[in-house]
Amino acid sequence: MAVDGNLASLSESLWTAATGTYMLAVVAYTGEYAFGRNGRIARTSPVSRAEVSSAQVSRVEAGVRQSALVGGGTLTDPTTPTGQPHYGAGSVEPAGDAGRRWGRAAVGLTVLAALFHLASVTIRGVAVDRVPWGNMYEFTLVVGLMATVAWLATLVRMPQLRYLGLFVMMPVLLVMFLAGTLYTKASKLVPALQSYWLAIHVSSVAVAEGILLTSAAITSMYLVRARFERHAEAGTTPARFAGLGSRLPAAASLDKAAYRTVAFAFPIYTAGVIFGAIWAEAAWGRYWGWDPKETWAFIAWVVYATYLHARATAGWKGNRAAYINLLGFGAMTFNFFVVNIVISGLHSYAGLT
Amino acid sequence: MDALRVPRPVRRLWRRLVSMRTALVLLFLLALASVPGSLLPQRPLNPPKVQAYLASHGAWGRFLDRIGAFDVFGSVWFSAVYLLLFASLIGCLIPRITVYARAVRAKPLKAPRNLDRLAEHATLGTGLDPDEAALRISRALRPRWRTAVRTEPSGAVAVSAEKGYSREAGNLLFHVSLLAALVLIAGGRLLSYEGSIVTTEGSGFCNRPISYDSFHAGRWVRSGSLADFCVDRLESFTASYREDGSPAQFKAVVDYSEDLAGQSRRDVIEVNHPLRLKGDRVYLLNHGFSPTVTITRPGRTPVTDTEAFLPQDAVLTSEGAFKLPGRDGTGDDDLGLSAIFAPTAVITGGVVTSVAPTVEDPVLAVLAYTGELNPGGQPQSVYSLDARQIATGKLKQVGAKNLALGQSMRLPDGTLIRFDGYKQWVNLQVSHDPTQTALLLAAILMVAGLLGSLAIRRRRLWVRVQPTAGSARSVVSVGGLARSDGGNFGTEFAALVAQLETVLGAAAPVPPAAGSSPEPSVAQDRIGAGRD
Repeated sequence: MAVDGNLASLSESLWTAATGTYMLAVVAYTGEYAFGRNGRIARTSPVSRAEVSSAQVSRVEAGVRQSALVGGGTLTDPTTPTGQPHYGAGSVEPAGDAGRRWGRAAVGLTVLAALFHLASVTIRGVAVDRVPWGNMYEFTLVVGLMATVAWLATLVRMPQLRYLGLFVMMPVLLVMFLAGTLYTKASKLVPALQSYWLAIHVSSVAVAEGILLTSAAITSMYLVRARFERHAEAGTTPARFAGLGSRLPAAASLDKAAYRTVAFAFPIYTAGVIFGAIWAEAAWGRYWGWDPKETWAFIAWVVYATYLHARATAGWKGNRAAYINLLGFGAMTFNFFVVNIVISGLHSYAGLT
Repeated sequence: MDALRVPRPVRRLWRRLVSMRTALVLLFLLALASVPGSLLPQRPLNPPKVQAYLASHGAWGRFLDRIGAFDVFGSVWFSAVYLLLFASLIGCLIPRITVYARAVRAKPLKAPRNLDRLAEHATLGTGLDPDEAALRISRALRPRWRTAVRTEPSGAVAVSAEKGYSREAGNLLFHVSLLAALVLIAGGRLLSYEGSIVTTEGSGFCNRPISYDSFHAGRWVRSGSLADFCVDRLESFTASYREDGSPAQFKAVVDYSEDLAGQSRRDVIEVNHPLRLKGDRVYLLNHGFSPTVTITRPGRTPVTDTEAFLPQDAVLTSEGAFKLPGRDGTGDDDLGLSAIFAPTAVITGGVVTSVAPTVEDPVLAVLAYTGELNPGGQPQSVYSLDARQIATGKLKQVGAKNLALGQSMRLPDGTLIRFDGYKQWVNLQVSHDPTQTALLLAAILMVAGLLGSLAIRRRRLWVRVQPTAGSARSVVSVGGLARSDGGNFGTEFAALVAQLETVLGAAAPVPPAAGSSPEPSVAQDRIGAGRD
């Protein structure tokens, strides 16, 4: 069966629709971030900045024990109950708040964009009559979709995090643009990719990478927030970036969330690499050959393993572990972009010429 | 181990090696050490690329070569890192396994004196007497918790409960399987072999080291002990392409026999679908064309020769050579043809290139040379004539022509060269690794262990039932501890307390005594908030 050109161009139009809608969603999230009760404008008050930051701390910390703020030891103490949302549930925003209208619109737009996105991916798959992740363009689209789905799933369970949507949807929008630059014409697969392992190996890695992307975003927020808390504790004014921390959840919660996302993704990623090895055995005659892609998959795996160990090692918890998490994501991203595009190897399926 | 006999510095060194910090540093080093393996050309993967790098980088290249940067994963320093990690892992696992074995057999820990100091605690009242209450509690917990009931000197009865033992079991399973996987990988390197051969349609080979164009074997492989199988004949090879010229399918039909006396069977080898024999796999790696020429030199018997040509691009413009030694001893009577084969040829300015990988209009472009092909008798490429011999004039060009199928050319000395036709060749690779199946099993156990160690939650729960003179006959205090994170223990604890309340048929929660915790029942506070 040949490639269906009409469906392929429909899929491309849907990509445009999804990207446009994501853009509107980002605008709406920005609106909520700016005009909401916890937003920029509401928080700018005439009191001196040092006072503001400590007031912010107590407000944000409502419901969270103050102990979560104190010292490195208690941050990761497993007995510290920091899993609960940092805003008391039910007291998120008063009705009629401008931020609330913006936020609702943002979530509506995100859902709409995700539907366009899903349709674009699905129709691409139908057009080429195979799984829709055979080259970098398609893979990027799938990872972006996974990230959006992960975000919406988070919102179902923790609606009070909605005001952070800007920080999650911006990366997704970037991923959409990136997919655009990696665009490859709809085509069938070369024989090397004609295997059911394509569905298994690539999808497991895409799911793991989508989740790890979320973890990296959470970790970045953690680093900002942790610095903010150190300032708040010392009573000093936070510098530019750390000032953002006043609107983020408690560092201990972010640290825990980052850990949980990695703990969830790591077995999936491990399985994905093992599926890759099984496929390599069938395709190339060996299960492991230190092809650049394999080497970087190994590096990323080792770095994430280091992260999991670091979080259980005194002196490595907190900031150090967070940087290791980001390093792991860096290795993963390097594996996707640089290894696919710059370094030649057996995994040269980017479809770019 | 007799600790007294091991000198103290050694023991200290060992302790440092097995510490988590060292493991972290070693893990980092392992990741770091792998990086050059992907950025620099590697000899085991691509020797010509290494040569090119060395040629263009002078002293820097030689330095890199000396430190093993072109074979990172076989280098001393890479091995050093992973062997240290290996030792550190073993040193860490052995005591953990012993501790775990003891913990599994041990009773849950005694209840701490003040349960309300724990992060999660609650107090209930019940009309049951302490022994009956403790019995009911431990019965209710038992399906999922390990419990122990102890009577304390004060007359209170305490239930200690613990669950999530398999978290550590999963963790140990992961690490032990990882060790097993590493051992199997090392064993695989010693016991495996790999042979590669170019076979043209109609011919075959047997599984002997000597048959292969290239053969790599581990140290423990005895060359006489290879499995007895033969690919008797490459029956046919078919490559099909789509309209846009991209490949759709490659298919090699082979006749093979699994032992020397056995009968021949037919099977198909495709990309992603190797031929799997008892211990060996046969892969289809590459393909190309083998043109056939008949060369009739005056006064000599005509020679028909088919040679594999190397594809130069995606449309299979292929280069190769025919070499015909002359009469012995003369040294300047050899005939060499350097040729380009194009399956669908376009000739522009006398240069032949192919425009499609399918055979529509095959042309063989021939440059004929006479002279001395191989003066030293050294091994040389079968795909080209020796460029130095041409450059030094020891091979002289005596003719050039583009031949369509069936056409011939005549050289000045009367030699007739006819382009008879073509066959296809495939590059088959035979691989043998007896450890693979066990390694797969180890990998599956690794993932299983990982899931256990990351998903199972370790929890401790203590319940103390104290007799009281009040309206309720006993006061029940409950305290819980999350020994690993994951999940929201607050919600879990609240649910547990609710369960205990039903079991005890409890009266209303006892109001806090003066001076105790300001949060009498954390569980109650958390029910609404715990939306994690």
